[in-house]
Amino acid sequence: MQNLCLFIVLAPLVGAIVTGLFGRDVGRSGAHWIAIVSVGVSFFLSLLVFWQIVIRGDEPYNANLYTWLESGGIDLHVGFLIDELTATMMVVVTFVSWMVHIYTVGYMHDDPGYQRFFSYISLFTFSMLMLVMANNFMQLFFGWEAVGLVSYLLIGFWFKRDTAIYANLKAFLVNRVGDFGFLLGIAAVAMYFSSMDYVDVFAQAESMKDVRISIFAGHEWSLMTLICILLFVGAMGKSAQFPLHVWLPDSMEGPTPISALIHAATMVTAGIFMVARMSPLFETSTTALSFVLIIGAITAFFMGLLGLVQNDIKRVIAYSTLSQLGYMTVALGASAYSAAIFHLMTHAFFKALLFLAAGSVIIGMHHEQDMRRMGGLRKLMPITWITCLIGSFALIGLPGTAGFFSKDAIIEAVKASHTPGAIIGYYACLIGVFITALYSFRLVFLVFHGEPRMDDETRSHVHETPAVVWGPLVALAIPSVVIGAIAIEPMLFGDFFGRSIFVDPAHDVFAHMHENYHGILGFIWHGLFQAPFLLASGGVFVAWYLYLKRPDLPRRIAERTTLIHKILVNKYGLDTFNDWFFAGGTRGVGQALWRFGDVALIDGIMVDGSAKMIGWWAGVVRNIQSGYLYHYAFAMIIGLLALLAIFVHRLFG
Amino acid sequence: MLSNLPILSLSIWLPIIGGLWVVFAGSRRSANAMKVEALVISIAAFVLSLLLWRDFDNAIGAMQFVERLSWIAPFDIFYHLGVDGIALPLILLTTFTTVLIVLAGWEVITDRANQYMGAFLILEGLMIGVFSALDAVLFYVFWEAMLIPMFLIIGIWGGPRRVYATIKFFLYTFLGSVFMLVALLYLYQQTNDSFAIQDMHNVALGASEQKWIFIAFLLAFAVKVPMWPVHTWLPDAHVEAPTGGSVVLAAVMLKMGGYGFIRFSLPIAPDAAMAFDGLMIALSLIAVVYIGFVALAQEDMKKLIAYSSISHMGFVTLGFFICFQVFANTGNWNDAAMGIEGGMVQMISHGFISAALFLCVGVMYDRVHSRQIGDYGGVVNTMPRFAAFMMLFAMANAGLPGTSGFVGEFLVILTAFKASFWFAFFAATTLILGAAYTLWMYKRVIFGEVTNSAVQTLSDISTRETVILLALAIPVLILGLWPAPLLDMMHASIDLLIEHLSHSKTVL
Repeated sequence: MQNLCLFIVLAPLVGAIVTGLFGRDVGRSGAHWIAIVSVGVSFFLSLLVFWQIVIRGDEPYNANLYTWLESGGIDLHVGFLIDELTATMMVVVTFVSWMVHIYTVGYMHDDPGYQRFFSYISLFTFSMLMLVMANNFMQLFFGWEAVGLVSYLLIGFWFKRDTAIYANLKAFLVNRVGDFGFLLGIAAVAMYFSSMDYVDVFAQAESMKDVRISIFAGHEWSLMTLICILLFVGAMGKSAQFPLHVWLPDSMEGPTPISALIHAATMVTAGIFMVARMSPLFETSTTALSFVLIIGAITAFFMGLLGLVQNDIKRVIAYSTLSQLGYMTVALGASAYSAAIFHLMTHAFFKALLFLAAGSVIIGMHHEQDMRRMGGLRKLMPITWITCLIGSFALIGLPGTAGFFSKDAIIEAVKASHTPGAIIGYYACLIGVFITALYSFRLVFLVFHGEPRMDDETRSHVHETPAVVWGPLVALAIPSVVIGAIAIEPMLFGDFFGRSIFVDPAHDVFAHMHENYHGILGFIWHGLFQAPFLLASGGVFVAWYLYLKRPDLPRRIAERTTLIHKILVNKYGLDTFNDWFFAGGTRGVGQALWRFGDVALIDGIMVDGSAKMIGWWAGVVRNIQSGYLYHYAFAMIIGLLALLAIFVHRLFG
Repeated sequence: MLSNLPILSLSIWLPIIGGLWVVFAGSRRSANAMKVEALVISIAAFVLSLLLWRDFDNAIGAMQFVERLSWIAPFDIFYHLGVDGIALPLILLTTFTTVLIVLAGWEVITDRANQYMGAFLILEGLMIGVFSALDAVLFYVFWEAMLIPMFLIIGIWGGPRRVYATIKFFLYTFLGSVFMLVALLYLYQQTNDSFAIQDMHNVALGASEQKWIFIAFLLAFAVKVPMWPVHTWLPDAHVEAPTGGSVVLAAVMLKMGGYGFIRFSLPIAPDAAMAFDGLMIALSLIAVVYIGFVALAQEDMKKLIAYSSISHMGFVTLGFFICFQVFANTGNWNDAAMGIEGGMVQMISHGFISAALFLCVGVMYDRVHSRQIGDYGGVVNTMPRFAAFMMLFAMANAGLPGTSGFVGEFLVILTAFKASFWFAFFAATTLILGAAYTLWMYKRVIFGEVTNSAVQTLSDISTRETVILLALAIPVLILGLWPAPLLDMMHASIDLLIEHLSHSKTVL
């Protein structure tokens, strides 16, 4: 098993190193072959691991590879923990990554940074695997930051664009804010559990439940609540939860394949994975779960709304990703970890599909991303259209598609949950379904249906993309349809995750659902009469009415509701506020401390001031030593007189 | 240890005598020959230090490779050398850095190149002397002598405001050292006329005596680290120093302060260190946070990296002085050891990273003759290979896991949490601030469209420059991926230090 794991992580690393350092030597086709084969190897070996652990039911594998360092009685290792949760993530990550590698051959065909791009995405695959396969907090943080680095490099891949290098810096810094909390959480674990290994820490979690610590004098906090919230702050950064979501829409400045791989399917779900992995910790604190749930609900609802007013095809999908991540977070808060991972998996497939389809459209349109200049592409790009439609159906939860099962599971779970705030989560998710359907089909209708709105010149050039591009679309469309039906029973009601996810029996939300579950067809049939499906249908209908039937209406609605429209277009003003308050404020504080603290106070007054003071004294003293005899004589006489006066005063006074 | 060679003396005197040779024989011979000789000497010194490492026994906490000869007999002053797990990594860092400095000056220094190289070789020997001296007078001699070559390096090969910078540098460090001398003389009396540093470790001292001694040492070492508020000499010195000067200043000379704390202040005056630890922690955190903000405001790349150094050195002093509060909180000295080891790792790691960043600035300065961020932009277009190296070092400076910059900060933050949530909180702001000032600079300098004709005509790094940057990239990555060997080297000696800290000196 150890060798197997090593092969899985090292294959993409070798691919990254070879294509990165020797890109020129191996050439363009050499680079893509090396990268694709190495990630392919990872994928098939991951399947093997998945088969061993999940299907055959082997014991979870947990072993250390080497000691990173040993200090203060704590051993920090690099090692692997392969259980059902990890195996699932490995397959999802390597599969999507592999598809994206293949797709990239077509998408980046003319880019001068071809080899560099392959190097980065292979490096990403390595980092993400290290993250999900970690058996301790240190390595988790290692992978966590490494995927952040690759994300930074890839958002700024086109480093000549001002918007790209602004976006990548922003992404890195916002993530660092999350990591700030995450690291403190890890430090708390290190202090109170005296270990960094998952197994040791999880085993002690229950006994730490009642420990209370004091952060502000006089206020006692539950230790587990503090740890969980700090760790979750990290997840808020990486998984783009409100208010640390601001980097994700801007990350669309990167090439589309990485929007699919990193900023939709895998990296942004690292936070979701992390919380599921830490389920034994989160289960000990209802307060933390409640916090998670409410943050998720806010993200799911408000970010979905923003998708309605975007005109850039990729940004619509980006806001959709934010909203869907919110759904997953809500599931986590409701202790429905398996539903969160289930949705993570289905979402990885259909969202990667949607992004790659959008990329296909962008290639077809010669790097046009504005949906207002598209329309009617259905006939020109039929495969892209069909696959995009499948992805959209999965996203809105058309009964039978993958997204239907996972999203319904989340909504049912949060409905059954007793975590404080669950009711908010429930309605946020429910209304979110309508919004999701509306923006998804707004996209489909604007891009593929209706009258073409591009100029004739562009139109004459639009054509279906090559097989290397549409192949991955088809490959992703298949699981987008079927994976939900396959996975729902084992994942939600079966023993799929084994002991890798722990749920306090008091928080179990699936028991009730399980009783009413009568097979897949029954679930679909049931779904047809439930609120989510009706809301989704309503959303599609409204989209159809607004964007195909009466295309003049949206503008009129926008004009009628200027204020709301303005708020949405300005993304609730968060970017403006952050730029002004955080970015500007930090620079202002820096300037102020430097100019007043260092330059004026320390150097000006203290250092140069004391030098001047000495100089001044020297000047004064120098005046006395004038060299004129009569000056000295005069001073002597004055002195004598003074002494005489004192003497007289003492004697006769 | 196995051989009978006085390997430490060789490590000290080979570069000093070699350096003098390079300086004085240089006028009669070709500059190129002298450069080659300087390189050979620096490599030989590096190899000697590797031998030291090979024969070093990790299991022993006490001094190894000890040499002891009578020097000034009437005052019981000895030529007394030895290294432990604290000094050895710093010596390795010194010899390694010097090789790179000689290489870095190869084509760049055209004015009196032999004297330049010679000065660095002499400086190298003196610095090794500081790290291996076990006699206080010998230590003091090396400590002060070290200032002379550095003073000359900045004064002769420095920038336009070099006179202001050298005087500031000299006065600051010299003033601090004078107090140290007084403390050492006092300790000489207390130990019944012994200048042996180990005797000073073992002598019993009253609480108020310790406080005075601690303050005297503090004045000397805080300037060197440098700690806030006695840090302002450093940015000026860096800005005016030639690249090599900046490298040695950042990589090795700043470590003298940290080394002083760990060799003198903590073991000699542990009760005073405990009494003043609140002050020390506060100053360290101010360095991390305040200086982090100040670094953001810099427009000069060297100044920015200088401020970044101060901020990173805050972790060193934080890691050292947090030990008492950690012990008070957890009752376990093991936890405290982690902070001290974290500080040590931070020193070594900062040596590599800051050296690399100053060399990176040097590479650009050699081509464009400006250090202003505003004069650059889009360098990646013309220097892609260089940009890749600088990315690595920038990320290391921002403490990315997988690079050495992460290890020390991580250990110190973990330890700080054990003392107080808020210490860890303020220390961890470096995650955000460090990334902000480093990557913002990187963005403005490296990314973007080519902004001016100077950048347009840049040529990518030469083989020589590639070798230098690669030589630094390797330890940065190795230490990040596998820091265990470095820590194993230190454990036994740190345990010995902890032994001193865990007992009050006043009741001995």
